[in-house]
Amino acid sequence: MSRTALGMPAVRPVHGQGNLHAETAFPAAAKTEMGNTQMRANIRHATHTIRGKRANVVKELPDWQALRSAGSALKESVMANLPELLEQFEANVTARGGTVHWARDAAEANRIITNLVQATGSTEAIKIKSMATAEIDLERHLAEHGIIATETDLAELIVQLGHDRSSHILVPAIHKNRHEIREIFLREMTETDETLTSEPRDLAEAARAHLREKFLSTKVAISGANFGVAETGTLTVVESEGNGRMCLTLPETLITVMGIEKLVPTFADLEVYLQLLPRSSTGERMNPYTSMWTGVTPGDGPQDVHVVLLDNGRSAVLSDPAGRSALHCIRCSACLNVCPVYEQAGGHAYGSTYPGPIGAILSPQLTGITSAENASLPYASTLCGACYDVCPVKINIPEILVHLRDEDVRTKHGQRPTADAVPTEDGATAALQTPAGPQATAENTDGGRSTGSASGPAPGRVRRLFQRLPHPPSEMDLMMKGASMVMSSGRRMALAEKALPLGRAVAGHDRRISWLPGMAGGWTDVRDIPAPPRESFRNWWAQHADETQDRVRADGVVPGTGPGQPAGPRQSEEDDR
Amino acid sequence: MSTEAKTEILARIRGALADQPAAPKVERTYRTVSDRPAAEVLEMLEDRLVDYKATVHHESVETLPGRIDELLGSSARYVVPTGLEASWLPADTDTRQAVWESTDERGRVLGVRELNAVDAVVTSSTVTCAETGTIFLTARSDEGRRAISLVPDHHICVVPAASVVELIPEALARVEPTAPITMISGPSATSDIELERVEGVHGPRRLDVILLG
Repeated sequence: MSRTALGMPAVRPVHGQGNLHAETAFPAAAKTEMGNTQMRANIRHATHTIRGKRANVVKELPDWQALRSAGSALKESVMANLPELLEQFEANVTARGGTVHWARDAAEANRIITNLVQATGSTEAIKIKSMATAEIDLERHLAEHGIIATETDLAELIVQLGHDRSSHILVPAIHKNRHEIREIFLREMTETDETLTSEPRDLAEAARAHLREKFLSTKVAISGANFGVAETGTLTVVESEGNGRMCLTLPETLITVMGIEKLVPTFADLEVYLQLLPRSSTGERMNPYTSMWTGVTPGDGPQDVHVVLLDNGRSAVLSDPAGRSALHCIRCSACLNVCPVYEQAGGHAYGSTYPGPIGAILSPQLTGITSAENASLPYASTLCGACYDVCPVKINIPEILVHLRDEDVRTKHGQRPTADAVPTEDGATAALQTPAGPQATAENTDGGRSTGSASGPAPGRVRRLFQRLPHPPSEMDLMMKGASMVMSSGRRMALAEKALPLGRAVAGHDRRISWLPGMAGGWTDVRDIPAPPRESFRNWWAQHADETQDRVRADGVVPGTGPGQPAGPRQSEEDDR
Repeated sequence: MSTEAKTEILARIRGALADQPAAPKVERTYRTVSDRPAAEVLEMLEDRLVDYKATVHHESVETLPGRIDELLGSSARYVVPTGLEASWLPADTDTRQAVWESTDERGRVLGVRELNAVDAVVTSSTVTCAETGTIFLTARSDEGRRAISLVPDHHICVVPAASVVELIPEALARVEPTAPITMISGPSATSDIELERVEGVHGPRRLDVILLG
């Protein structure tokens, strides 16, 4: 099916900008962060606590899996019908007295918002915590134009006053403990003095007093949105402290920045997400406050209401069928809390507004996998799959991670023209239509696992592959290619395994190998390899396979019906997730 | 306003969907109708509210004014939306006065600083979800505009027993989507400092829920 035949305009994916690019590649950033023992202790405490709370409230709902499936299917249908739903949403907001703006990228969104604030004559705004505004670096942009935007969420206020960066989607200041927060408040809030204790209750009270006057006097508020309803034009903000209600109710002008993927088709669809989000996010049955508004309501709340619909790379994410479900994310942060890599490295190591497993698939897709720093993010995972298990909208994060690693390898090998680098329309089309997923890489790195390839790639093919590379093959390429040749042939594998005793000799008395040469040494830099066994399983099996039938008979199982049959449980396990 | 950006974004999206992904059928096999007896649902609601550190009271139409009188305590001025049933309230005294608020001719509109100076607010509610302990306010005449149930530090909220449902889908079905909606599940709270829960930040720090049977 060609695009021309569909009459589609030929549009190249356009990537996003803003706080999405890591300045340092993940491995280096993580190494630095892991030296911060206070941060690691705080993150460990936070992730484990929320993880436990989440598990308890999820267990309460007998229909959790049905809700997840509905949440996933709804988002999939939103993506399939996105142009129509966006236009429907705009028409409904407009009909109720609101104004809709469209922003292609961060710069355009910042420009629109700055103009809107300037039009009110105000040089101050109050802000509700929002991932979208963090992504576009709005606060800095406003400051450059003489507009002070005050964060009103307690954690964001701590981050703002501490001239710091958020480290967690839900609890941005989780890397700071109470004593550090007290220090920040003493330094930055003029109305505090030495009598301020480090009790969370006192610190929250100090924030209340600090912000009260701002809520009562500021004329402009800026928010994000958790959901936008196409059918009605309704916007939703989910929060805890009441700072959101203050911002959404008291000012005269309200500007909401919403990613184009945040739509749901109908008002009734909120029944799914309002159950999934709080339980996954804070581990509560429901968050204390949720606000919904539709355009302008005369006599109630802001009378000047704006929505800025933000692309900033989202349409580029949408253009990859194998990666687009990253846009289903409802920003609950459950995947951060279960991730063994996030737990050790913390949020800052990811270098983007979006940390953790979801960040590792979202940031590189929003910016394009071309920057070396963001290209390292899909590797920041053990592929254990815990993120997929807890995701309330069933985003298959591990699968997308593997897909992006493949994209990265192919980009480095010049096999995948990057959208930004392709000068012609045809080329861009080719990039879009490249079959995605691991099967596309069978020739490169996955040869050993592909079924039916009894023999390895012929040496001639290997040479041809390397001839296509823009650069000579790296040590890693050669290792992978070598491993692929060995592992894809039973005969070659058996031969290689004959060398196992050699490894035992290298390991010595402590039965550990702690140094390997060359690039493989990267592995042994941080861990030992146990000595290989005396004998490979393959060799052991060759001598003992005959005993299986004897054992089965001894257990009284009729051959062919035992539980060991490779039937379909794998598929059903996936469905239960 | 530029339509150029809109045109380009929609073109980008249509280009991105060149593979014409099919919208899957959404199976709504989750619970949408409660199968619990009403008494059990009310019990569940009370359990959830108490868990959120709200205070729960059971009253009849006869005992309601007395209870509100007691809860207001030494409050001097409290705000009431003009649509609220006047017989629910205790009589004004020398030291305590109800301020009737509305945007129409029946009451007057309080400025934010006036609102900030009142001690409490009494409202009714539209519907309440027991499973999550969530009260829905939809700015009807007995709930008032959003600001009055937000700025005062003490919210006394009447929940008629007939307005309690078990499930979120049942609750949302009773709400007018385009009204200004506030869902309240306990008093304002934060867990931003070392995840230690603190009740009462910017919204009302005290929430009294009166179940009116």
